[in-house]
Amino acid sequence: MSAIPANTGPAGAGTEIPEGDELVRIEHVTKHFPVRSGGLIRRTLGQVHAVDDVSLVIPQGKTLGLVGETGSGKSTLARCVAGLIPVTSGRVIFNGRDITNLSRGAMRPLRRDVQMIFQDPYSSLNPRRRVGAIIGDPFAIHKIASGGERKRQVQELMERVGLNPEHYNRFPAEFSGGQRQRIGVARALALRPKLIICDEPVSALDVSIQAQVLNLLSDLQKDYGLTYLFIAHDLEVVRHVSDSVAVMYLGRIDEAGPKTDVYGSPRHPYTAALLSAAPAADPDTAASRQRIILTGDVPSPILPPSGCRFHPRCPKARPLCAQQEPQLEAKAGDAATHVTACHFPVVAGEDLAGAGRSDVA
Amino acid sequence: MTSTSEIEFEAKSADAAQDSAARVEGRSQWQLTWRRLRSDKVAITAMIVVVIMVVLAIAAPAFVAITHHPPDVAYPNTGENVAGNPVGPGTAGFWLGTDGTGRDLFIRILYGARISLFVGVVTTAIGTVAGVSIGLMAGYFGGIVDTVLARFTDAVLAFPYVVLALALAVVLGPSLTVIIGVISFFAWAGIARIVRGQTLSIKEKEYIEAARSLGAGPFRIMFSDILPNLLAPVLVLATLYIPQAVIFEATLSYLGLGIQPPTASWGNILADAQNFYQTSWWYVVFPALALLITTLAFNLLGDGIRDAMDPRTERVLAGRRRRRRRAPRLAAPSGGASPDFPDAARQAPQG
Repeated sequence: MSAIPANTGPAGAGTEIPEGDELVRIEHVTKHFPVRSGGLIRRTLGQVHAVDDVSLVIPQGKTLGLVGETGSGKSTLARCVAGLIPVTSGRVIFNGRDITNLSRGAMRPLRRDVQMIFQDPYSSLNPRRRVGAIIGDPFAIHKIASGGERKRQVQELMERVGLNPEHYNRFPAEFSGGQRQRIGVARALALRPKLIICDEPVSALDVSIQAQVLNLLSDLQKDYGLTYLFIAHDLEVVRHVSDSVAVMYLGRIDEAGPKTDVYGSPRHPYTAALLSAAPAADPDTAASRQRIILTGDVPSPILPPSGCRFHPRCPKARPLCAQQEPQLEAKAGDAATHVTACHFPVVAGEDLAGAGRSDVA
Repeated sequence: MTSTSEIEFEAKSADAAQDSAARVEGRSQWQLTWRRLRSDKVAITAMIVVVIMVVLAIAAPAFVAITHHPPDVAYPNTGENVAGNPVGPGTAGFWLGTDGTGRDLFIRILYGARISLFVGVVTTAIGTVAGVSIGLMAGYFGGIVDTVLARFTDAVLAFPYVVLALALAVVLGPSLTVIIGVISFFAWAGIARIVRGQTLSIKEKEYIEAARSLGAGPFRIMFSDILPNLLAPVLVLATLYIPQAVIFEATLSYLGLGIQPPTASWGNILADAQNFYQTSWWYVVFPALALLITTLAFNLLGDGIRDAMDPRTERVLAGRRRRRRRAPRLAAPSGGASPDFPDAARQAPQG
């Protein structure tokens, strides 16, 4: 079952990318990390349910935005898709091929197609190596170009992402945060990948630089037909870049669908709460809308709540929510592409902020 | 005409612009280190002393040509006085006097320097390469590889090495190869332990994950991503290990288990000299001075390199007391800051 069927309607109409096939299909991917005791005999005490039964589809040439708060499993999911950590169960299918838990050797040719941009532009660049060597690494690792040819290609890439090619011999420390993230983009772009996983690529940058990097990413998408899995916790950033959106909470997808549907009529109370918490630029809008204030903290992923994982904090929770796990499906009146995992989805105009919560605990 | 000269002028100014761009181009870690080292008078003096020592050792045959005193030839007539004791410095063309059998002491000290420096550099090189490789593998692979390698390292460090070295020299028979083997065997463990610790922290950095996502293999990651970050501590350790190896070699030779006579070594010259120290002061003083100056110069140079590589550390001799006094003051603000931002670390944005 896929959260987002292949033929998701184009939300960002105007892009010239033709309606393509699916590039990535994530099927029931689960990732648990064992919690071990210290000491000589390391008993396994429990499992961190970082990602639990997540299914998603990313169409060719599109951007899937993945939002969720810290600890919701977004980055873990990204690393599973990139093949950096093995999945506990489930399948990752890339371009029609099952790439789940491939060995490093078998994964190697695929690295050319799947690249990653990292969150922290400071720790993602080796401080002891020159920019030319960092961006040239993909060419060296895959033995594509060497010597003067590599240098020429690296400088082309630098120019493409808006860096001065003459800075080829500089060290990362000599660049600003935004420039460093451009170096990361150039490195990811070097092998002309099909999919780039952006793991919060702009959350460490200040707002004016964020816009530059986001625009660069969307220009590159147009030029090279890239597909993005775009992870962020900033809803406005995701709205800006995504064609479709998936909301994660405690390792599960709560709601997914085309951007306009999810932002326009959020069905899951968590999505609605997230949207109401995003700051609005217009003071009139900000004053008129009602903020849904969630109580409590995100529960521990070692012992996730029964039933719906959001029920301990949900303003609409009923006894059923604690007993039965809601399935991800299209709710009444929604398009088949817009799916929600909630027993009692939010309807338009509902006042969640004042919703009476019948005690379920 | 004017247009061509204008073009030429433009071309020239473009060149000039490129030149200045090249000049502001980033300095590497090594360039910065060299700049700081250059302003450290002690380190530079030590470096000059080391260079002089190396040049003297290499040029030893040239001094033989000047003095006509080969290192192994005894001069019973000119090199010993009537009592059969060594003659003093300056006597009969012996610049630093002679030794117990009437050989030229200066020439023998120079040939001793060849052995000492050779043993010091070779054992340090072997120990560094082995220590870096073992430390990188233990730290990067972890698990059973780490358990085996790290415990082996600890075992080597825990060994009473002088005793083992003596035993090995006795069993295998003293020779240059055995000495180099024994000293190298004890050289790598300290470096391996430090490299392992650094590797453990560096391998969690995001740029290592980036390298993995590019498809880099473990050895590429170890040697081209992790190693450049370790060069500074490794270089410092290596510089500080050379004098230790020199002293170790001298100790073994002094005890008669190292370099065997008639080959000269500072250790065996000193061993011979103790029979003559009451009559011939130069016989003890000059080889001992050579040993002292060489090891001191290497140590001061190593300290200087450490300071230059990491300006935050202080000179060992001067710094220790100061650091101890400063420690509580450093602890106070960090302890005071944490209650204000209790979740600062935990809230670092991470998906």
